[in-house]
Amino acid sequence: MRHILSILVENEAGALSRISGLFSARGYNIESLTVAPTEDATMSRMTIVTAGSDDVVEQITKQLNKLVEVVKVVDLTDGNHIERELMLVKVRAAGKDRDEMKRLADIFRGRILDVTDKSYTIELTGPGEKLDAFLQAIEPGAILETVRTGASGIGRGERILRV
Amino acid sequence: MQLTGAEIVIRCLQEEGVEYVFGYPGGAVLNIYDELFKQEQVKHVLVRHEQGAAHAADGYSRSSHKVGVCLVTSGPGVTNAVTGIATAYMDSIPMVIITGQVPTHAIGQDAFQECDTVGITRPCVKHNFLVKDVAQLAVTMKKAFYLAQTGRPGPVLVDIPKDVTQAKAEYSYPKTISLRSYNPVTRGHAGQIKKAVGLLLEAKRPMVYTGGGVILNTAAPQLTRLLRLLGFPCTNTLMGLGGFPGTDPQFTGMLGMHGTYESNMAMQSCDVLLAVGSRFDDRVIGNPTHFFRADRKIIHIDIDPSSISKRVRVDVPIVGYVADVLDEMLKLIESSPQRPDAQALKEWWGQIKEWQRKDCLKYDRKSALIKPQYVIEKLYELTGGDAIITSDVGQHQMWVAQYYKFDKPRRWINSGGLGTMGFGLPAAMGAILANPGATVACVTGEASIQMCIQELSTCKQYHLPVKIVNLNNKYMGMVRQWQQFFYGNRYAESYMDALPDFTKLAEAYGHVGMKVEKPGDVEGALREAFKLKDRLVFLDMITDQAENVFPMIPGGKGLTEMIFAEEL
Ligand SMILES: Cc1ncc(C[n+]2csc(CCOP(=O)(O)OP(=O)(O)O)c2C)c(N)n1
Repeated sequence: MRHILSILVENEAGALSRISGLFSARGYNIESLTVAPTEDATMSRMTIVTAGSDDVVEQITKQLNKLVEVVKVVDLTDGNHIERELMLVKVRAAGKDRDEMKRLADIFRGRILDVTDKSYTIELTGPGEKLDAFLQAIEPGAILETVRTGASGIGRGERILRV
Repeated sequence: MQLTGAEIVIRCLQEEGVEYVFGYPGGAVLNIYDELFKQEQVKHVLVRHEQGAAHAADGYSRSSHKVGVCLVTSGPGVTNAVTGIATAYMDSIPMVIITGQVPTHAIGQDAFQECDTVGITRPCVKHNFLVKDVAQLAVTMKKAFYLAQTGRPGPVLVDIPKDVTQAKAEYSYPKTISLRSYNPVTRGHAGQIKKAVGLLLEAKRPMVYTGGGVILNTAAPQLTRLLRLLGFPCTNTLMGLGGFPGTDPQFTGMLGMHGTYESNMAMQSCDVLLAVGSRFDDRVIGNPTHFFRADRKIIHIDIDPSSISKRVRVDVPIVGYVADVLDEMLKLIESSPQRPDAQALKEWWGQIKEWQRKDCLKYDRKSALIKPQYVIEKLYELTGGDAIITSDVGQHQMWVAQYYKFDKPRRWINSGGLGTMGFGLPAAMGAILANPGATVACVTGEASIQMCIQELSTCKQYHLPVKIVNLNNKYMGMVRQWQQFFYGNRYAESYMDALPDFTKLAEAYGHVGMKVEKPGDVEGALREAFKLKDRLVFLDMITDQAENVFPMIPGGKGLTEMIFAEEL
């Protein structure tokens, strides 16, 4: 099953490689990993999307907690949560396709950030499936380049992750 | 007070009460060596290879419960030490490794003797640090000693660039330290402990299985009291030997791949299993699917939550220091009117005694060749069972575990997790320095001993009277055994040809060498060796080449699928 882990980690050199090293050394799977400092600059927050049986995910959580620099680990998939991902996609937008591309971006609530006479660069946020759906809606040959951040997640309501 | 980084390192070691540093100098650590030279409190032991430094610090720690410290230079100094660091990591041994690094401005430039020490060692340390600012040095050293000893212990490495050892900073050593990201659970959950005690008191066929955690957490007294109170049978893992007296009638011998028939059968057949400071690893329970075919309730006490339900799902997990958890359990049992079902226990012991009648450790005592098992039995007798025994890896290691009955913890020093050949001799050096006056023997094989043989020179320099018992079968015996059983007797590269004359080799290093070729001479030679209290004696025992370790659970098989000597 797919799990989204939120991790608070000391903002120290090497913390990221300790975490990614743990995943590769123990053969755990990483679908995506995002990291940036929090409002408290001494700490970073990481979101890791992984997949595995309950036993494996339990081990992943325990092994992460064991790392000296990891402050807290929460499995967001244990409760209600919100998940968002940002994608920048450069598409061919010439001739008759140009209007169609604009319409499609609007439907998906995308924003056009950059325009040339042959292309649009579109910004899109949402759950991963929405971004997938957008890409599927475009004819494959029209996609020139994509870049995705991987998922970030946060608990709903009173569910708060902090020290 | 302003001190240089090098001075700070030494002051921190003094502050931690470090007696010995095992090390080897080189460019990046010269400032630290210069400060070592200027004082006398912290003594330095110059090994002959950095692997030896790490193993010696490790043996020092295992035999004393103190932190082992080693000091090596950048680049090759570090890479040589990695085997020793990984060995300590796998067995959770508290160590602090100080490594020199190229100057901060040269890091990343492929400088002379540069290597990414923190990167190379990351997967085999509990934690590591690169200290780029001398002002952080003292607090980092404090963290290193704190992390090494608390929670699940392990090696911690501090990498110090040369310019940091020269730079100056105000020195003060923190008395205590706390890290917001590091809070090991130390006290077991009261509700879980109660549940565990309930299960134990209701058990009809109980079994207690304990590992290295009992030794590391000095929980042997609590474990012994608990077992005496309950009258349950107890087995130890390879790492747990000495946690419960080996001569106690309640002790059923080691379990696992080369464990006793009775221990393995009882593990499989019990209805309540209490696991203490052990981790159900593959050499211990064999095939986990087979293990699960039997229905039993499992209680598991361990300091490391990730050791619980890793390979085997347990019913009552208890995270905490094992000594404290056992104390709590003892309190509950002592204040409870209930006692285990005496009739059921009697029947269970009856079953165990029947298994014991198989006499699974029997061997040919009339052989004209020296049987390795016989050597270990004699070693046991002549040392009164009270020596510190280190070993290397292979058949000889298993024979010590099977035939030397360890009554006390920290007497059996071996590389269980990583299985590192070359461990025995340097570990014995550390053990002898940590236990002046103790009898220390290193049981080894002619292949293993050659992996760190250079340390004979260190033993000469520091007058370390280790007794080396070389069970010389002219084979990498354990490899040969697998090839005999599973590879149709094709002994690919397991024959040790062109062996040195070990007697002369020992003599060349300034020690005493003895060669023993007949069973009748074993006892006399051992006596003579132990009489030479102040000398290192190398006993080259020419043993039966064809001898195998039994019982054995072949890889992938279940606990009860053992093969025995008589079946071959
Ligand atoms: C550094 C290292 N390399 C290889 C091995 C694999 N290995 C395990 S036991 C063994 C043979 C050991 O032979 P010896 O020291 O003569 O002991 P014996 O088994 O004959 O008692 C080998 C090669 C190991 N454990 N460690």
